[in-house]
Amino acid sequence: MKPKVAFYWCASCGGCEEAVVDLAEDVLAVVEAVDIVFWPVALDFKREDVDALADGELAASFINGAVRTSEQQEMAELLRRKSAAVVAFGSCACFGGIPGLANLYSREEILERVYLEAPSLANDERTMPAQDTDVQDCHLSLPEFWGSVCTLDQVIDVDYYLPGCAPPADLIKAAVMALVEGALPEKGAVLAPDVALCSECRHVASKPEQPLISAFRRPHEVIADSDLCLLAQGLICLGPATRAGCGAACVSANMPCTGCMGPMSRVLDHGAKALSAVASLIDSTDEGDIAARAGEIPDPVGTFYRYGLPASLLHRRVLPDHPN
Amino acid sequence: MPDTVATPAFEPRIVAFFCTWCTYTAADLAGISRMQYAPNVRIVRLMCSGRVDPQFVLAAFRHGADGVLIGGCHPGDCHYDQGNYNASRRFELLKPLLRDMGIEEQRLRLEWISASEGDRVQRVCNEMSEQLRRLGPLRLSPVPSPPVLAEVRS
Repeated sequence: MKPKVAFYWCASCGGCEEAVVDLAEDVLAVVEAVDIVFWPVALDFKREDVDALADGELAASFINGAVRTSEQQEMAELLRRKSAAVVAFGSCACFGGIPGLANLYSREEILERVYLEAPSLANDERTMPAQDTDVQDCHLSLPEFWGSVCTLDQVIDVDYYLPGCAPPADLIKAAVMALVEGALPEKGAVLAPDVALCSECRHVASKPEQPLISAFRRPHEVIADSDLCLLAQGLICLGPATRAGCGAACVSANMPCTGCMGPMSRVLDHGAKALSAVASLIDSTDEGDIAARAGEIPDPVGTFYRYGLPASLLHRRVLPDHPN
Repeated sequence: MPDTVATPAFEPRIVAFFCTWCTYTAADLAGISRMQYAPNVRIVRLMCSGRVDPQFVLAAFRHGADGVLIGGCHPGDCHYDQGNYNASRRFELLKPLLRDMGIEEQRLRLEWISASEGDRVQRVCNEMSEQLRRLGPLRLSPVPSPPVLAEVRS
């Protein structure tokens, strides 16, 4: 009997689902090797079908997306119970991802922005979503919207991590095949190489021993020389502090690495390490001058924690009136 | 009997990363000179302020520090020539990041204190303790984990 697997999405954009489809012809090899018994985006199985499985009957669940609602938590817990292995699939599940940047705001700020302030709104009654509503004779309830975005492993026990926004097709295929062959590494492993992105970047030959940055530039402000290390051109490339595995796809297209593969195994806080790597390259010893360079980075949290704020040491912005 | 129990005044915890060549030696000098200063500072002795990884600062905050003080040699005086400049670069980038994360500016401080400036260690430690005493404790949200999920839902 073929091993059964499930794919599920929480707070995500659908790009991770697309990544599975991007396996192209290889998806046939995957379907040949495993039975996909639950995949809401593509197959018509329902929650009841998962409920009906025995505990641990699924060989693996590939869960993408961050977790912010009680519904996502419930599905993650259900799949955890039914699965021998859970793989945090993609940067959102691994580190919080782009949705994790919502941890810069409070729940109230987000709801007010979305339902009251956004310029495209037509909400004259100032209707706000409520978890419970009584309409005529009906009682309606919505999942609870949490105060913070969480990574998958902050909500359920996770066996493996497959980072990337979205995960590269060859790593997905390798992960599925390792699962089928029972060749998975020890629990907690990240299913990607444990070296920095620079090691697979074609610019590595042109990377100076110590690239020095006299001014930070943003990608739209400069036509990058495609034969030269982007850091040496003043573009903030997080390659030195980010895990390899993507084949340096962005850098090959002259876009600096934004860190979606997350940190390497010995790093505690990806953003802090990336900040450290970039800071050391500032070509000045004068404090005022260094502060001016720092000011050229318009959004430090979004730059250094683009995919990892919920997984960071600080986890979220400190709220002035936090209850504890 | 008083009908209310007095709550003890808040005393900040400050983690200080001092380089062994200048600022730590200055703290030593303050000690042997019997200069008294606020006991809120816990000193971690490092070879160089350039060894202060921003991860150390964030880990200190995460594990209960209300403030972090970094002390190194004056510009031009680094025992390793360049280490204090690296400390300065990281500090200047970390400042706006902490601001955006809702952590007040007074909670992270970088000071150049040479080996002979014991009185400066005394003054900086007193000043920072007093500032943080007024500012109050740093209240980070707990990092959720499966067993304590209930805490983040509020």
